[in-house]
Amino acid sequence: MPAAISPTMERPSAQPTAPALAVSAAGTAASAAARTIIDIDHVDFFYGPSQALHDVSLKLDEKKVTAFIGPSGCGKSTLLRCLNRMNDLIDGTRVAKGSIKIRGVDIHGPQVDVIELRKRVGMVFQKSNPFPKSIYDNITYGLRLQGVKDKSRLDAVVEKSLRGAALWDEVKDRLHTSGLGLSGGQQQRLCIARAIAVEPDIILMDEPCSALDPISTSKVEELIHELKKQFTIVIVTHNMQQAARCSDQTAFFYLGRLVEFADTRTIFMNPANPQTEAYVSGRFG
Amino acid sequence: MKRFFDAELETFRSHLVLMGETSIRQVRDAIRALVEADISLADRVVAADDEVDQLEIKIDDEAIRYMNLRSPVATELRFVIVGMKASHDLERVGDEASNIAKRAAKLAAEPPLKPYIDIPRMANIALEMLRDALDCFLHMDSDKAIAVVKRDSEVDAINKQLYRELTSFMIEKPGTISRAIELMFISKSIERIADHATNIAEEMVFLAQARDIRHTDELKKSTLS
Ligand SMILES: Nc1ncnc2c1ncn2[C@@H]1O[C@H](COP(=O)(O)OP(=O)(O)OP(=O)(O)O)[C@@H](O)[C@H]1O
Ligand SMILES: [Mg+2]
Repeated sequence: MPAAISPTMERPSAQPTAPALAVSAAGTAASAAARTIIDIDHVDFFYGPSQALHDVSLKLDEKKVTAFIGPSGCGKSTLLRCLNRMNDLIDGTRVAKGSIKIRGVDIHGPQVDVIELRKRVGMVFQKSNPFPKSIYDNITYGLRLQGVKDKSRLDAVVEKSLRGAALWDEVKDRLHTSGLGLSGGQQQRLCIARAIAVEPDIILMDEPCSALDPISTSKVEELIHELKKQFTIVIVTHNMQQAARCSDQTAFFYLGRLVEFADTRTIFMNPANPQTEAYVSGRFG
Repeated sequence: MKRFFDAELETFRSHLVLMGETSIRQVRDAIRALVEADISLADRVVAADDEVDQLEIKIDDEAIRYMNLRSPVATELRFVIVGMKASHDLERVGDEASNIAKRAAKLAAEPPLKPYIDIPRMANIALEMLRDALDCFLHMDSDKAIAVVKRDSEVDAINKQLYRELTSFMIEKPGTISRAIELMFISKSIERIADHATNIAEEMVFLAQARDIRHTDELKKSTLS
């Protein structure tokens, strides 16, 4: 079942399909069949006086995995955090130009409730950050905040989310022990379970595997592959093989600008921009 | 930015160049052995085939190692794959040179059936194609590669014409049959060498443009017929 869409964000069948036009000067056309879910349009972003994003335009497709790649400091995390307005939590930040629409709704529009937005656009961080609570409470935290008290409903969500995050079998007998007692890879999957428990529409992942060993990494990658049937995923990664394996589309950023956006196959087989090619072949510097 | 393992790609490239030069030399010597009825040169060509085979093994090994350990992508990945394929084609070119040399040694014992004009001419075209194909492979020149593909039909045309001519010899004078058959095989070998040059040129287009032009009609339009 696709995640329910909140009333404020909903644009049912009126949502037009993405036009098969260039996404940006640097990007390639989105396929006409896929639906645009996130529409980033000429965004300039500032941390106080310093500009971190320059005129970024990007249309992301529904139920696809999009990878953001690029050298450190190029603005990947900044852009990711723009998508659920996590940057609002940092003083002095602003989107100075352009707009970001999710399902056609401007996320900076007056009708948008930020809490609701973050529920629809969940986030998984580089360093797994379970709350110092039981596995069960970690997962039900969001729902309880929403006022859900029904035990059988909470139980069902816990099982569904843990299964969704491929963690159920490993923890089903210790749901009431601390989330911090899990291994790094398990903690990261717990955070993914927590993110999917509130049935978001979009999941943002910022280097979700950078602290994981190869086995946990491949479990998370498997999971991403499963999750995209239901969610739209944006993943930031420094691991080129991971981007190549997991994503459908890849965006390459450099110095706060989008350099190239295309099907992952194109980015790794035959990128249009020499900077992209240099970066994916490890010749950048 | 240079990477510490870039030298490995240079070595790979230089082995391909060496293999290309060696196979071209083998074909040239085999044809010369035929024209000059030089049995000892023919024997040397047959003996030297192992050089080409060894280079193929070396190139395969380097390509597999590079793909395993260096995870190439984009142009670099295509370069390694195409280099490996080109080395298989060159190995077959070496085999054809050796076949020609063996037949040249047999023919050297008998008077020539006819002056050798068409065969060297055909061989020259095939060798030019091979040289151009390798050249554009190393310089990423896909226009030149497309020109090579288009020349394949020139060689095919001479091969067909030789067949007709040799067939009429055989009909008129049965005493020429064994020599005519040897020459037909030699002609066929040269035609195969041009095919390998064409393969390398097509691979070149894939390398430069990430586009597969094999088995499409786009380039097969004959320039002669
Ligand atoms: N909280 C902040 N305050 C001020 N500047 C910031 C802040 N966070 C990021 N920046 C700056 O914005 C730019 C983009 O940073 P960002 O974290 O988005 O890069 P990134 O592509 O995610 O890099 P990395 O791969 O290292 O995580 C950098 O120049 C960075 O120094
Ligand atoms: Mg970051």
